[in-house]
Amino acid sequence: MTATTTAKSGVRSVPGAPLLELDAVKMHFKTKGEGLLARRTQWVQAVDGVDLTVQPGETLGLVGESGCGKSTTARLITRLLEPTGGQIRYQGVDIAHMSDRQLRPYRREIQLIFQDPYSSLNPRHTVGTIVGTALRTHEMVAKSGELKRVQELLELVGLNPEHYNRYPHEFSGGQRQRIGIARALAARPKIIVADEPVSALDVSIQAQVMNLLEELRKELGIAFVFIAHDLGVVRHFCDRIAVMYLGRVVEEGPRDSLYEKPQHPYTQALLSAVPDIGVVRGTPPKNRIRLVGDVPSPVDPPSGCRFRTRCWKAQDICATEDPALIERAPAQQVACHFAEPPAESILAETA
Amino acid sequence: MSENTHEDAYLEVTDLQVQFPTADGLVRAVQGLSYSVPLGRTLAIVGESGSGKSVSSMAVLGLHDRKVARISGSIKVGGREIVGMSEKELEGFRGGGAAMIFQDPQSSLHPYFTVGDQIMESYRAHTKVSKRAAKERAIDMLNRVGIPNPKRRVDQYPHEFSGGMRQRAMIAMALVNDPKLLIADEPTTALDVTVQAQILDLIADLQRDFGSAVVFITHDLGVVAEIADDILVMYAGTAVEHGPVKKILAEPLHPYAWGLLESIPALTGDPQPLHPIPGTPPSLLALPSGCPFHPRCEFKDRVPNNHCTTLRPDLIPRTGDLGRTSRCHLKDPDQVFELEVLPRLP
Repeated sequence: MTATTTAKSGVRSVPGAPLLELDAVKMHFKTKGEGLLARRTQWVQAVDGVDLTVQPGETLGLVGESGCGKSTTARLITRLLEPTGGQIRYQGVDIAHMSDRQLRPYRREIQLIFQDPYSSLNPRHTVGTIVGTALRTHEMVAKSGELKRVQELLELVGLNPEHYNRYPHEFSGGQRQRIGIARALAARPKIIVADEPVSALDVSIQAQVMNLLEELRKELGIAFVFIAHDLGVVRHFCDRIAVMYLGRVVEEGPRDSLYEKPQHPYTQALLSAVPDIGVVRGTPPKNRIRLVGDVPSPVDPPSGCRFRTRCWKAQDICATEDPALIERAPAQQVACHFAEPPAESILAETA
Repeated sequence: MSENTHEDAYLEVTDLQVQFPTADGLVRAVQGLSYSVPLGRTLAIVGESGSGKSVSSMAVLGLHDRKVARISGSIKVGGREIVGMSEKELEGFRGGGAAMIFQDPQSSLHPYFTVGDQIMESYRAHTKVSKRAAKERAIDMLNRVGIPNPKRRVDQYPHEFSGGMRQRAMIAMALVNDPKLLIADEPTTALDVTVQAQILDLIADLQRDFGSAVVFITHDLGVVAEIADDILVMYAGTAVEHGPVKKILAEPLHPYAWGLLESIPALTGDPQPLHPIPGTPPSLLALPSGCPFHPRCEFKDRVPNNHCTTLRPDLIPRTGDLGRTSRCHLKDPDQVFELEVLPRLP
């Protein structure tokens, strides 16, 4: 593989490579044990062998419950963390262990939107400074054109461009999230990693921000890695979805086949647990799968399949052999020894 | 809902007002709220941040600092008036006849005491029993809320519990005195969906066993559809729509309720563009004139004489549909819903 450098941006790329590729990425955090084990070093296996691919302009959804490693994955992609194993390839070039200096041009192209619109904006800076700093850091415009560009960006995200000299506290939660989006767009990224961008917002405001993200994606052709725990939100926004459990991807596939014919028992349980408003319109209640127990500790995950301790299908093989992520239906990959589509649709039909 | 709701209502709130005087002016958090919940039924209160759903429910348990909040109207629980009750009387009432479950179990359990100690304290405050008997009761409660190995767990600290288990422990603590009224304020919002499903099942089971009246505050209409009998939709401190869940979620009559339904992406079918409510909820310091929803309402031009901007609509019963009320000037909301809103629902 020979990488070519785009002279202007400083970003190298391998022709024909996907926009983003995670290859067996691992992130193990060092921690101390408790009590008698206090002297022994333990490793929290937050992300343990994740493979993902994102093509230009594509939206990949990452779902899973607390502690599954989805936010760690977001921090790895944006290289706020350095992985302890595997490769993170951006346009074919491994950025997993690049220095801050080397990373600089890549950071411009890979931007992050945070969950909390309250803590992700500096309260002592005006909106103009917040967005302008992003422009300056990445040397996007000449000093003289900065204000004009800030105003363009504010307008693009649906804020009043005259409000550039206001402070974050003068805006509502939804508006602050728009400021965060404007800041991410300032660098003209090719990919945005959005970590729960709408979950802190009220339902009606959430829909406004989702429509904005949708428009930006269509207009600017930006690829997204969209992380959320709300399965309806993810389905609405994403072309492809990966389901994570305890640091691994257990199933990945196109939106429709994943939601209609999920093959991993965990995906089935997750989808069946979503309360559905359809029941009041006369649709039959879902065939709910009840999971028992809690997610095991990522310090000492179960041998073999990590979901086996809570899985109703588990056999001896699940404890001894780690199931690989293999294609079970067109473009749908499942990591389970007993993968099969659900017997009957676990999702209620819409009226 | 039957006609005699008022006679067998266990919780009855009438014309409740909650106001907070601040340096910026008077915050009208709740204005003229009335509802009732009989034993054995669940009322869901839905609305966005600042709609008054939590503030009104905290008033029911007398949890507002009376130096800060001005409360008027009437709140009757099992026939006893709560508004104006002394702090001492309130202490006896809370935890005994009525209990509350909060959104965040992390901050509602004391980190220095074991889970068992906290359940026992709540029990012994209302029942004169020995420590040993109280501990037996705590173990029994932990068992009932589905915590495995309760004999060992009773002596553990909150940090040793997972999020879902902490929420269960808090429910055990709330139910230890068999309260007839349970107020659950977003009890599953901080939880993952599979854990949420477990907790919703648990609350429904316990309600069946104890026959209590439950007020369930949430913003998730899916949860409402699964757990509640009745629904109260709040906007800017007042009820805008109230009635049986099955009817209201299937055919809401208020434009705000329509907007909520149109904002929720569907789990099946082709994703449709969402049709969110424009703008943001009004400031409670300066409420709009007329209908508080009119600045965000796309149907206000259908009402003649600018009524929406000048006249505050009353909460009126819907003719021919018992127990159902809505606060809107529109003449034919059912037709507008049927012909214009329903086709564009996600």
